[in-house]
Amino acid sequence: MNDRADNLSSPSSDEAHVSWRRDYEARLAGNWGICNRSGLEIKPLYTPADWDGSRYMQDLSVPGQFPYTRGIHTTMHRERTWTQRQLIGLGTPDDYNRRVRTLLDAGANAISLIPCNSVFRGLDCDEVDLPLLGTCGTVVNTVDEMGRALDRVPFERISTALNDPSPFTLFAFLLGVAKRRGIPWERITGTSNQSDYISHFVANHMFYRLSLPGARRVLLDHIEFCRNHVPRWNPVSVVGQHMQQAGATPAETMGFTLSTAIQYAQDCIERGMTPDFVLRRFTFFFDISISVFEEIAKFRAGRRLWARIARERLGARDPNSWLFKFHGQTSGVDLTHQQPLNNIARVTTQAIAGILSGLQSMHTDAYDEAISCPSEDAALIAIATQNILREEAHLCDVIDPLGGSYYVETLTDQMEAKVAAVIAQIDAAGGMYRAIERGLIQDMIGKSARAFQDKVERGEQKVVGVNSYRRESAAEERASTQRPDAAKMRQHVEKLLAFKATRSQSAVRAGLSALARAANSSGDNIFGRIVEAAAAGVTHGEVVACLRREMGFGQPLITE
Amino acid sequence: MKHSGSADRPGVPVRVLVTKIGLDGHDRGSRIVAAYLRDAGMEVVYTPPWQTVANTVKRATEEDVDVIGISSLATDHLIVPQLTAALRAAGLKHIRVVVGGIVPEGERSVLIASGVDRIFGPGSSRQEIVTAVSALALQAHQQRAEVSGETRER
Repeated sequence: MNDRADNLSSPSSDEAHVSWRRDYEARLAGNWGICNRSGLEIKPLYTPADWDGSRYMQDLSVPGQFPYTRGIHTTMHRERTWTQRQLIGLGTPDDYNRRVRTLLDAGANAISLIPCNSVFRGLDCDEVDLPLLGTCGTVVNTVDEMGRALDRVPFERISTALNDPSPFTLFAFLLGVAKRRGIPWERITGTSNQSDYISHFVANHMFYRLSLPGARRVLLDHIEFCRNHVPRWNPVSVVGQHMQQAGATPAETMGFTLSTAIQYAQDCIERGMTPDFVLRRFTFFFDISISVFEEIAKFRAGRRLWARIARERLGARDPNSWLFKFHGQTSGVDLTHQQPLNNIARVTTQAIAGILSGLQSMHTDAYDEAISCPSEDAALIAIATQNILREEAHLCDVIDPLGGSYYVETLTDQMEAKVAAVIAQIDAAGGMYRAIERGLIQDMIGKSARAFQDKVERGEQKVVGVNSYRRESAAEERASTQRPDAAKMRQHVEKLLAFKATRSQSAVRAGLSALARAANSSGDNIFGRIVEAAAAGVTHGEVVACLRREMGFGQPLITE
Repeated sequence: MKHSGSADRPGVPVRVLVTKIGLDGHDRGSRIVAAYLRDAGMEVVYTPPWQTVANTVKRATEEDVDVIGISSLATDHLIVPQLTAALRAAGLKHIRVVVGGIVPEGERSVLIASGVDRIFGPGSSRQEIVTAVSALALQAHQQRAEVSGETRER
């Protein structure tokens, strides 16, 4: 060991590098530093002078050991590869059911449900223009409809991810379906994706329904309810994806995400929950861009930072609370409308970055996602991409295979420093909640989005088929456009109207008034009341309307 | 206050309403395009997402805009024909409507037939958008001048 270190610092090694750099710059003057998306300067070569491994145990250690840089589990993908969780959402509950069962047969091993934009806006389908229904997600407004969506889908055996922002009506419907099927809530596993209201207020405006303080209260009630009654459910998924899709750089994204997680943890602790009660059920959700090494460094740095934050800053004692469990989604921002089949190559590249980063769960985009809701053929290619990478490419043979690379370790350290600086900036602003109230994060994201677009405009960032390698061919648009069947959708709306007319109106009134009371009483659990109301036949739109009356709309308001 | 813009008064500012109607909230594109148009010297009225058709017509009237830019990334373009019809019904025929974002090939003709003047797909350059919006604003100025001329004659 000592011999090796001596060799590396010996004059001959230094001399070799000096002469190499001279030769390099003679051939490529002015080509030394390249900026990555996070604004870090990347050199053409990394050596032991950049990273010498002397802090291996403190900064890397082994998989499954603090600070988890190399992976959160001892065996990582050797024992269990990532969950193949394809986002699915289209049409009516019956359309959804057909698609989810097709993908489970094709190799997906988890359920995901993306609701229609009308659901995201807090509306029932009878309140929305018909052409907009089911085009980007499934229309689900009641326990009955959730039951149809999940017909013969074994959610008691495989995990479910619901794109289900506050106030978590879809999860309430799922619990209602479980009750009807006799499935104990203790057996249900999965995640409330989109529970991260902060990310919605800064970067994905379509997902928030309630006022900022209202969303804050409902999330805490949701976490408390789940920890007490659905112990294997992850009530929190902190979503860096929105920030990055809206334009934040990978380093900013990780900083915003960890600051958000700190905010939620502190809010829980302030309410009297212990760090270990809640943190073991915190999960994260990220975009994986096509900037391969930057993404890998982002995730490795995130694992290390979160472990330290959870242990040292938040005071968690249980190692399960230190684990940075994350789902990665190949980034739709990198996909192009032009020459859409090229997106298969992009998604594959992004997915490789995600796998090498040691993710726990992954969605790969369908190549036609820059055009419409995925067609079935495209969705099957997306899941096949994961199957090929898992079964054929030998990516899972070695845990953290890039660990120890002079470049990757240096970049991980630099990304970590950059992320830590973002967190410090947010701390100085009074934490994430205050920072978004003041618009600090929104400004940063807007600036980064603009800077990236300017690079594309100037041709500094090449995008194949967009600002380079353009092809004006008729075959430009190979992908088909999927739209729900209008007649079927009309029938679906009529069915909901009939349901609303025939259910027990007194049960609905009782459910809604209990919910309204809970919203005005800090001693009651709002989410618990939503579960009860849903079981009594109250719809999604009615729950959201009630809470909006009691707790206020999110801003910016829909103005009439 | 209404400005009486016309082709022979090139100093009159171009006014553009950049907005999103329908249900989608992805606003990265609309924010960037609004900034690009502002940088090109246009007066931009920017709204948050989820505007209704009725509200957009009202806003366009109040703000006296020449061009309405609708950003649509998640199928909200499907209700743009409602907007163009509502503009005509409100007597705002001079206002030009452009759509930016994702409009699948098979659905473009419906929009154009409904009165949309231009669709900017992904990859449209800043220059392309600025040039086209300026030209459309000029048409709007001219048409409004003609209409108000006719009104005076009657």
